[in-house]
Amino acid sequence: MNDVTYESVQDELTGGAGDTLGGDEDIYAGAYDTTEGRVFTVVGGDWDQIIAPPEGHKERIVVNMGPQHPSTHGVLRLILELDGETVTDARCAIGYLHTGIEKNLEFRTWTIGVTFVTRMDYVNSLSNEGAYVLGVEKLLGITDQIPVRANLIRVIALELARLSSHLVAIGTAGMELGHTTAMTNCFREREEVLEMIEMLSGLRMNNAYLRPGGVVADIPAGGEAKLRDLVKYMRRRLVGYHDLLEGNGVFMARCVGIGYLDLTGCLALGVTGPILRSAGMPWDLRKSQPYFGYEKFDFDVPTVDTCDVYGRFLVRFQEMYESVKIIDQALDLLEPGPVMVEDKKIAWPAQLSIGSDGQGNSLDHVRHIMGESMEALIHHFKLVTEGFWVPAGRVYSPTEGPKGELGAVIVSDGGTRPYRVHMRDPSFTNLQSVAAMCVGGQVGDIVASVASIDPVMGGVDR
Amino acid sequence: MSESPGVIASAHHVPGLDVVPADVTSIPVVEVRHGMFGAHDTGDTSGYGGLVRPVRLPAPTPRPYGGWFDEAADELALALPAEDGISFTDAVESVVVFRDELTFNVRREHLLAFVRRLRDEPALRFELCLGVTGIHYPHEDGRELHAVYNFLSMTHNRRVCVEVSVPDADPHLSSIVSVYPTNDWHEREAYDMFGLVFDGHPALTRILMPDDWPGHPQRKDYPLGGIPVEYKGATIPAPSQRRSYS
Repeated sequence: MNDVTYESVQDELTGGAGDTLGGDEDIYAGAYDTTEGRVFTVVGGDWDQIIAPPEGHKERIVVNMGPQHPSTHGVLRLILELDGETVTDARCAIGYLHTGIEKNLEFRTWTIGVTFVTRMDYVNSLSNEGAYVLGVEKLLGITDQIPVRANLIRVIALELARLSSHLVAIGTAGMELGHTTAMTNCFREREEVLEMIEMLSGLRMNNAYLRPGGVVADIPAGGEAKLRDLVKYMRRRLVGYHDLLEGNGVFMARCVGIGYLDLTGCLALGVTGPILRSAGMPWDLRKSQPYFGYEKFDFDVPTVDTCDVYGRFLVRFQEMYESVKIIDQALDLLEPGPVMVEDKKIAWPAQLSIGSDGQGNSLDHVRHIMGESMEALIHHFKLVTEGFWVPAGRVYSPTEGPKGELGAVIVSDGGTRPYRVHMRDPSFTNLQSVAAMCVGGQVGDIVASVASIDPVMGGVDR
Repeated sequence: MSESPGVIASAHHVPGLDVVPADVTSIPVVEVRHGMFGAHDTGDTSGYGGLVRPVRLPAPTPRPYGGWFDEAADELALALPAEDGISFTDAVESVVVFRDELTFNVRREHLLAFVRRLRDEPALRFELCLGVTGIHYPHEDGRELHAVYNFLSMTHNRRVCVEVSVPDADPHLSSIVSVYPTNDWHEREAYDMFGLVFDGHPALTRILMPDDWPGHPQRKDYPLGGIPVEYKGATIPAPSQRRSYS
């Protein structure tokens, strides 16, 4: 529903235009008085039934775009003020997907917390888990004790998440701008990436694969070869992408010079990630403040200085090449070893294995605790039901998510459950830049600008 | 022991556990645990039912803080009196170094001046604010609500944290949107979830919850719902009421 306001003095509007609508009156299209004048609600098709504004009165048109608009990446509601095709004001209304994940975390153990955070920004579940486990390990003081292999697998998982997140960003942006081939191609490649994530964690999305102390399970037999194949496949495919979009005049016309946001604007609005790098700032936490052993990898931080929608997609493209490079190097570095921290008071005791009917509990472990060792059973039971204690304190764990700085503020009261967890989700902060990018531009460019921010409402609303 | 806010209440005083450094006035208590296994009725037969353990957050750190932390504190101690006429000890209650993170506990009346110095001093240059989040500590009398700000300096590749505490009865503190515009939505979220009132915010309204929602859901005293089940009038208690390990 859209509102048309005639800015005028209240008492000049005696009589009420709503009464003059005549016989084919739309029951949803009403009119009411506000402090800013008379407001007419029009629902489409009935614009001509609204009388022209009284002489000397200005017309303001407020359009609601969303929360169910297909081009707003989920339940984002944009409240736009229009003057013809020009946007004169833009505001975001969020919260339609708020599910209280942060509150829920406070009533489950630290390990189960991963299962909640993975559902925040559901397009790159693993990155949320990365920020969370990094924080929990920092509180526990075991950051240095994480086995090398566990960290390498984490890096592979995080880069797979970055690939799938960027593919969704580019694919959906293409679709919203009328370039459906980009969408079908990106989702085809994403499916290959999700296949690998499924091979690692057993699930395509909402993985809960990273765990405080390590990862849930080692790479299954034959998995490294499959990852090598993915590297080759992606290298071949990504080249075509560039041509697919660059060669498309319509796509370029919709992106170049649109949604301008320079470095000053980015820093003032707290915008990070590809948008910041499209403004020429080579800032990547994997380089500047490495975690999970990212300092071991040789990769570039791509930047452009166009500050526009096109630049942001260019940065995402190049980042995908870098991600593939990192996965390749991580596979070279992989050596056999444990994937969970040594400390038996923290390490999750249960193990998973893949049987003929899919992934499930490791039968060896079940045999051990049920048939061989009473102590192992008690230990398993205590850790799984009660969890481990985390020293009281507060930490902040910043990571470079695909969309920007993804950090977790984690507070422990010394118990087996988080006292407070707050995710600093980049989508939430970056979405504040919609007005800066869109006001003064055309209505149609809002779609391109919002797509270049790549907000995922699960992360925005949490 | 003085009765300043945040000091362990005498009812929970446990001899031998309150080893406080000489220059430290208070160590915040976040929780008081009773018993051994979290049972609050007669369920605890372990003999530890009378155990009372206050849980404290990391204590304030005396100098030297280590690394560049001292340098940053020195810089603030010079800049605050020169630019704003506030002494460092007036603005900063205490400094905590925990897990290689530097936190300034800042008094709310000097918050705005403090963060402006963080941003503008050439030796500090914390250009980016990563937002604010609320934390509710119902056990801390007179300073129940905390606001935690994280800052990043890309120039120097450093991070710093600022924490402000306000009483639940008067949950006002200054908005820093005028210095860091990015905090607009973050402050709205902290207001929505904790009831922290940021004075000077351009439009402090709810952001995640509906506009007419009563209460602030992430506070520890926010009532949670249980689930009625159709079995002899039983209910599944709310998560906060269930038995849990302590």
